[in-house]
Amino acid sequence: MRRLLITLLVFIALGIAGFFVLTDPRVVSPGPEIGTLPAPDIENGKLLFAAGGCASCHATPGQDDKTRLGGGLELGSPFGKFHVPNISPHTRDGIGNWGTADFIQAMAAGVSPAGQHLYPSFPYTSYRLMTPKALADLLAYIRTLPAVEGKAPPHELPFPFNIRRMVGGWKLLFFDGAPFKPDPTKSDEWNRGAYLVNGPGHCAECHSSRNQFGAIVQATRFAGGPDPEGKGWVPNITQAENGLGKWSKSEIAELLKSGFTPNFDSVGGSMAAVVRNMALLPEADRLAMAEYLKSLPAVQGPSRPQAK
Amino acid sequence: MLRSVFVVVGLAVGASAVLAQANSISERRDTMKAVGAATRDGAAMAKGEAPFDAAKAQAVFKTYGDAAKKMPGFYPESAKTGGETTAAPKIWEDQAGFKAAFAKFEADAAKGATATDLAGFKTAFGDATKNCGACHEVYRIKK
Repeated sequence: MRRLLITLLVFIALGIAGFFVLTDPRVVSPGPEIGTLPAPDIENGKLLFAAGGCASCHATPGQDDKTRLGGGLELGSPFGKFHVPNISPHTRDGIGNWGTADFIQAMAAGVSPAGQHLYPSFPYTSYRLMTPKALADLLAYIRTLPAVEGKAPPHELPFPFNIRRMVGGWKLLFFDGAPFKPDPTKSDEWNRGAYLVNGPGHCAECHSSRNQFGAIVQATRFAGGPDPEGKGWVPNITQAENGLGKWSKSEIAELLKSGFTPNFDSVGGSMAAVVRNMALLPEADRLAMAEYLKSLPAVQGPSRPQAK
Repeated sequence: MLRSVFVVVGLAVGASAVLAQANSISERRDTMKAVGAATRDGAAMAKGEAPFDAAKAQAVFKTYGDAAKKMPGFYPESAKTGGETTAAPKIWEDQAGFKAAFAKFEADAAKGATATDLAGFKTAFGDATKNCGACHEVYRIKK
């Protein structure tokens, strides 16, 4: 009896130790090899800043200057309320003290400079596709923006989601930390589009449905689903009949530039901000994204609730 | 007798409320469809796919102006949900902002009425159509 109890305790201890080792940020999501980087290309950083939609979440709400990245926006989710942090170059309240390695670690591995897991409401699950060089360019651009004072309040997450170690377990199950690898059998344009859509553009983060752990269901990636932020429905952007199947490449590029669908409806909700950002990219990049989207096989996502 | 009058009146009130809801939703949808059709004509001219036609240009801005005047009236409390509406609850939470957005659209459309050449049309058309996304961003849910 006593031996059984000891065995049980040993197993529990091993289990806890295993959890701690496996969910350690350095174990479950090691950052990429950085190597030596050339001098940053600030123009490329600016383009990636637009493509990544950084300002859509991080710009201080209630004012028009999208380069003031003071944070504070409240982001709803089934797991609780997130308060978007300050990523302006302010040394106390923002990321002014972060080195290039810190920034790459956060963007590509979802780990903060303090060695803690970041919540995947910050889409590092997509941003990790950007190479260390691209991320260094992006940071160099952010450093040119105004330093904004003030910290956002802490996230309001109920137990157990408030334990950051839990994210380690989540990463173990759902996180792939590899950077983008071009497909040599496809055109340069297609590869550029695939990179922009899946990486900085993080289109799949909204245009896919998620499982009960909040991870994208890969089988229905890009096939739309309920709006993760609350009300409404995010459309299917695969080549399904009810997706972009009937859209031409130039019609998709036009939507990304002006927000108009082929029927001259104008997209709403957070897609309006996405369009403002995509409009800043060169036309060739919007066409590349359209080229890639036109190659997605037709997939049906969850069915839309019937209208009352 | 009195009771049946009440029942009839009650039914009539109920039926007209349902009707009003359905009407408001279909009227705002039809109005927006007309705006979309006008935008199609305008975009063709702005992009040079169709020759500039001053009368057509005026028609585009007239459609915008008329819609901007009518639209705020199509959102009674009874028509918050129903059909396939994509109206966001924000419309009823922020009526002042919602009406101001249409007032701005109307003003931008009016500016277009003075455009007589392609260059002037392009500028006015660009300014007027910026209202579409700006308003939908706040007052429309995704669909």
